[in-house]
Amino acid sequence: MRAYTPKDNVQKKSYYTDRFYVSPQVPKQEVESDEVFAADLAAIKTKFDVLDAYIQVEQMVVFINPNDNYKVLELLKDELEYTQLSEMSAIDFLAKNNSFEIFYQMLSMNKRKRIRIKMTIKNGAAVNSVEKLFRSADWAEREMFDMFGIEANGHPFMKRILMPYDWQGNPLLKTYPLQGDEFAAWYEVDKIYGKEAREEIGPEIRDTARVDRYDSDRFARLGHEVPKGTKITGDEPVTEQTYQEDGGVFLIKKFDKESSVVIDDPQR
Amino acid sequence: MAQVKNRLTPFFENITFDRDDNELVLNFGPQHPSSHGQLRLMLHLQQEQIVKAHPDIGYLHRGMEKMAENMIYNEFMPTTDRMDYIASSSNNYGFALAVEKLIGLEVPRRAKVIRMMLLEINRLMSHLFWLATTALDIGAMTIFLYAFREREYLMDIIEGYCGARLTHSAIRIGGVPLDIQDSFISQLKTFLDKLPANIKDYEDLLDTNRIWLMRMEEVGTISTEMALSWACTGPMLRASGVAWDIRKEEPYELYDEVEFKVPFSDKGDNFARYRIYMEEMRESAKILYQTIDMYAECVKNNQTELMAHSPKYISASKLDIMTQNYSLMQHFVLVTQGMRPPVGEVYVATESPKGELGFFINSQGGPYPYRLKLRAPSFWHTGILTDLLPGHYIPDVVSIIGTTNIVFGEIDR
Repeated sequence: MRAYTPKDNVQKKSYYTDRFYVSPQVPKQEVESDEVFAADLAAIKTKFDVLDAYIQVEQMVVFINPNDNYKVLELLKDELEYTQLSEMSAIDFLAKNNSFEIFYQMLSMNKRKRIRIKMTIKNGAAVNSVEKLFRSADWAEREMFDMFGIEANGHPFMKRILMPYDWQGNPLLKTYPLQGDEFAAWYEVDKIYGKEAREEIGPEIRDTARVDRYDSDRFARLGHEVPKGTKITGDEPVTEQTYQEDGGVFLIKKFDKESSVVIDDPQR
Repeated sequence: MAQVKNRLTPFFENITFDRDDNELVLNFGPQHPSSHGQLRLMLHLQQEQIVKAHPDIGYLHRGMEKMAENMIYNEFMPTTDRMDYIASSSNNYGFALAVEKLIGLEVPRRAKVIRMMLLEINRLMSHLFWLATTALDIGAMTIFLYAFREREYLMDIIEGYCGARLTHSAIRIGGVPLDIQDSFISQLKTFLDKLPANIKDYEDLLDTNRIWLMRMEEVGTISTEMALSWACTGPMLRASGVAWDIRKEEPYELYDEVEFKVPFSDKGDNFARYRIYMEEMRESAKILYQTIDMYAECVKNNQTELMAHSPKYISASKLDIMTQNYSLMQHFVLVTQGMRPPVGEVYVATESPKGELGFFINSQGGPYPYRLKLRAPSFWHTGILTDLLPGHYIPDVVSIIGTTNIVFGEIDR
């Protein structure tokens, strides 16, 4: 019987997990335990639905409806002094419940507080761009689009940012293998020589340390040199090697240990 | 006047331009000595003036976030070296701190002191490197040689500590692997004693140098709103009038015990950023002097612990592993399977030499992070070029890229 490999998450799995292992949780605190966060949350709650809110590792996490994201961030920026959007991206939960979790990491310099706005969107849905509020979202949303394929509505330039424009697939999806897919493996060959040249050129050598001793085009064996392109079958001729050091080199004196100085302190 | 298509096939006369204006699109990079890496800029020019800039990145993309999802936590540490490879210990530290916050670990005091020393040495290395390369871009070759000489001393010290000069991997989750070597303090003191004179040398050469001033003053001015909106951090933000230093505002390690100032300026131009780098070097030296005293105190109080004690997550000391069976078993499991942090999420920001270096980790209880987002300051400092470059002239591009202090290892990740 063939081993079962899940198709929706091809990332590396632990080879052994104890059957009775229960993961502990990072402790969550009530939002009321912090005055500043409690006030912020109350301000958000007056205008928007809050699905869940708690404090984890000194930062407040607020779950909101995906349609409210622009308005909530606007409120945070204009009224609650969260002036910077440090980071935003997505987490792939497609295997679990066919959805993405989007997070916005906000910073208030006046309050010295960080909060994280989170929302869940279904697979294939788009988010509202917050690029009008924070210019940093311009690149962050492009990166999210590049890595997960989540589009941002209203973004002025929704193009890939890290991968090439003509790339296929979204590398940070859990369905995308670490070594890349078929498209990735042949990307350069297809682009430069065309698909029909695949067989002639062969797959890309990903192991940069690989040495093929029978390949006289790219490698030479010291002491067994042959002209480039020669077909080697295993018994290459031995090449005579001479070293110029044999018998001493013109103009170069022998190193004399006695007359040299050793410097211990590099900063002398 | 629009060009007319002709039937000559393989010649430039056959190319039609669909624009009637005299705007020139100039492709800057991706291989350009002053772009400090693989930065490609598409610049729309009206004569020498830029009207539109479009930075294109991704030439050094290695998919570190993807790699992190397929590695145990300790395995990822050397990869973080390759983000900001000018100051690699600060990346190591950012990651280690994030994981420590996730599993709720307190690091021994001596390790904290050593970490602070490494971080500040890295900051000095990074700032010296910045000064050297930027001055070289502007044409001041002397500064390049001077600053690299000083940086070399620091690299020697670091090499003595961890054996590596550029990619240190000198920090572990839970502490540091080694105590500093005997010559570390004396070498560092020798360096620090010379540093003020060295910095003065640089300033004497640059502060009143009229070429330097012409290239720096009133060039690349970033307003406070723009810096905040583009999520600028570090010297970029402090030069634009916001005195925000994470070491001061959200202190980690022992930064609340040391005295240092946060230099800032409200000018926002290249020259302000240059001044801030210079002042920060002085502050780093101040911090280093204080950490030397703190270290001496640790030695006096016989605080020898270098790694946190937490058998569930951290391997025991080498001595224990070699002598005690249970420690060896723990070590074996932690190396082959990796630690399993609790289920939860953490975002930890530290002040790297370039700005706010953040690590967002989502753990689902497995030995691999479920999602790891690297928040690299240079990413946004490159993004801001879109809005910053228009209005400037071509020579300014070089000095602006220089003072943003971007490094492509962390932009493309």
